[in-house]
Amino acid sequence: MANPKIPEFKADWKEGEEGRWGMAIDMDLCTGCQACVAACSMENNVPFVGEEMSGYGRQMAWLRVERLWEGEYPEVKMTPFQPVMCQQCGSAPCEPVCPVFATVHSQVEQLNLQVYNRCVGTRYCANNCPYVVRVFNWADYDRPEPLPNQFNPDVTVRRRGVMEKCTFCIQRIHKAEDQAKSEGREVVDGEVAPACAQACPADAIVFGRMDDPESRVSKLSKDGRAVHLLEELGTNPRVAYLKGGSNGNLG
Amino acid sequence: MAISANALPHAHADEHDHEAYLRKEHLMLDPKPRGEMNALVMESMTTTSWKFWVIAAVMAAIVAIGLFGAWGYMIANGLYLTGKNRPGYWSLFLVHTVFWIGISHAGTFVSALLRVFKAEFRRPFTRAAELMTTFALAQAGIQIFAHMGRVWLAYWMFPIPNQRLLWTNFHSPLMWDFLAINTYLLSSTMYLFLPLIPDLAMARDRSTGWRKSLYRILAMGFRGTEAEWTHLRIALNIFAFAILPVMFSVHTIVSWDFAAAMRPGWSSTIFGPYFVVGALQSGVSAVAMVVITIRYTMKNMDYFIRKEHFDALGKLMLIISMSWAYFFFNDYMVQWYGGDKWTDALLHFHEAGPAGWIWFMMLITNIAIPWLVLWNKNWRRNPVMLFTVGLLANVGMWAERFIIVPVSLEINRMPFMWGQTFKPGIEVPMFIGTVAFFILLYMLASRLIPLVPVWEVQEGQMAHSIRKYGKEPVVSVADLE
Repeated sequence: MANPKIPEFKADWKEGEEGRWGMAIDMDLCTGCQACVAACSMENNVPFVGEEMSGYGRQMAWLRVERLWEGEYPEVKMTPFQPVMCQQCGSAPCEPVCPVFATVHSQVEQLNLQVYNRCVGTRYCANNCPYVVRVFNWADYDRPEPLPNQFNPDVTVRRRGVMEKCTFCIQRIHKAEDQAKSEGREVVDGEVAPACAQACPADAIVFGRMDDPESRVSKLSKDGRAVHLLEELGTNPRVAYLKGGSNGNLG
Repeated sequence: MAISANALPHAHADEHDHEAYLRKEHLMLDPKPRGEMNALVMESMTTTSWKFWVIAAVMAAIVAIGLFGAWGYMIANGLYLTGKNRPGYWSLFLVHTVFWIGISHAGTFVSALLRVFKAEFRRPFTRAAELMTTFALAQAGIQIFAHMGRVWLAYWMFPIPNQRLLWTNFHSPLMWDFLAINTYLLSSTMYLFLPLIPDLAMARDRSTGWRKSLYRILAMGFRGTEAEWTHLRIALNIFAFAILPVMFSVHTIVSWDFAAAMRPGWSSTIFGPYFVVGALQSGVSAVAMVVITIRYTMKNMDYFIRKEHFDALGKLMLIISMSWAYFFFNDYMVQWYGGDKWTDALLHFHEAGPAGWIWFMMLITNIAIPWLVLWNKNWRRNPVMLFTVGLLANVGMWAERFIIVPVSLEINRMPFMWGQTFKPGIEVPMFIGTVAFFILLYMLASRLIPLVPVWEVQEGQMAHSIRKYGKEPVVSVADLE
């Protein structure tokens, strides 16, 4: 450890190469039931901030279901529900701006990590995130008994003053990888799913290996209906949104 | 054909009156014996009325409760006490950081630039301006540290070799900012201290008791030999030239905190010079306010600070207001011409959104009022009017930063996450606290160090003289270097 390597901001990503883990969300299937939001909060020990804080825009959920509409009332046309979480950009704008390397790209998982105990809370990453998916712990939120009993022991409980965001349930990825490694094989498609994908009753959220061309998520991401959010910014998001079935035809 | 012989417009009937006018108008032409002038300055430092202590006590109380008390409470409880939310992750603390750095900017600008160009009117107020740099940077530092979520770990941003095997990220504009501000703080403090040495030596030779001990240490054994003066002059010359690029870099780099981010409204290539001119706009106005306050509250200052100084500062403010107007237009033009739909939405939101009145107020106080007032010689020589224009310019520059930081954060590329940020939180008492801290530091400094650089005034007076050219009094200046 004499010469610690300065972490890289981007994994060694090459043009045309997909990341290791990815997600595809079928907006034509999404019913907007918010089960993914609830499951995510349970899995990741996300605090509940109360009505007042939430009303002022301090809700902590790592995942939100966007619902917009077009036109003026009463000629309103609803757009499909759109669950938005961290897009795990291959070229993430949040990474270079952190002064203390609290948000870095992992070489192994090719995910965008948030290192809670390194964060000093400048919140620059959140400003620079075009998807506005990062949330900040404005306070230490109350968890009255018996709520602490349902903490997930695999996930850190964050204190006030640090940023956090969706991790693609990296604890589940690690568990599956450990299991696969002990059995001397690769993780197979469908073996690991983050809480949101697991909870989705419509199976609208699909998660899996992007580097496996045969996986479900790879095929869906290459589907003609697939788009990426704010693709023009060149952030290489790892979440594909599928749209076009009943709402016109993009594909 | 009738021939009329009129007096030349410059020729006065009584040339003695003209000479008296020149001496009354210009400090450089109204010399006093050295001993007398030294006594004036020493007296202004030691004459303290009960009103001073009352105001100082009030300011100290505001600093203790409004600034450090509130800050401690916030550290213990969390940043929910502020008005920040999502998407307004940065809000008033950043506004106030940029505000104070802007104020600090002009102290060194007035001093160094005018020294480099040998503008003689600078002489009596360079020190007051230089003090502003150091004192305002202290407030900016308080604001930026208050902004941090975990301020007790602020040393993680210092590039110190450590056993945590952590290093700072020099790719982050915040690190550039941190280094630039530190460079500026150190160099401007040295630049403040260098010309202070001869005055401290003067004070040492004219005081007793604890003051003498203090000045003896601070004056570092300055005796006024030819070699010491030569060294001082060379050092000052180097510093005055070298600090100018530092000064330009620091506010450019502050602007990169915004310009280097990929946000509509922030990602603007003109932000560097726009921020520098904005800083001068607020800073030179603040210098004028400080100079007026000193002139009317401290003893004997009516000799040193005259209408000519208000006049010169007023002209400077007018020119800077014009430059600011140009860069504002330039920034607006470039962003609008780009045609990005998010930027378009943001520009519309600036003017027509709920904070639109702040946007218009900024234009009125930064452009309309200075242009309407400062063109008139009598008005800019009027201390009340100049002070008011300076105060309004600072209000306008606060509004500009408010538009840039929280108002621009309300619009982003995910319309679902648009939101209103402004809820006055603990930032308000903390800002009042930093203003009180700034005033308090000035008040304490006015008791401890000569606010007027006596030796510079004396040097200037020695170089200036009035000669008679026929009957016309003519001002001549000897080049000192």
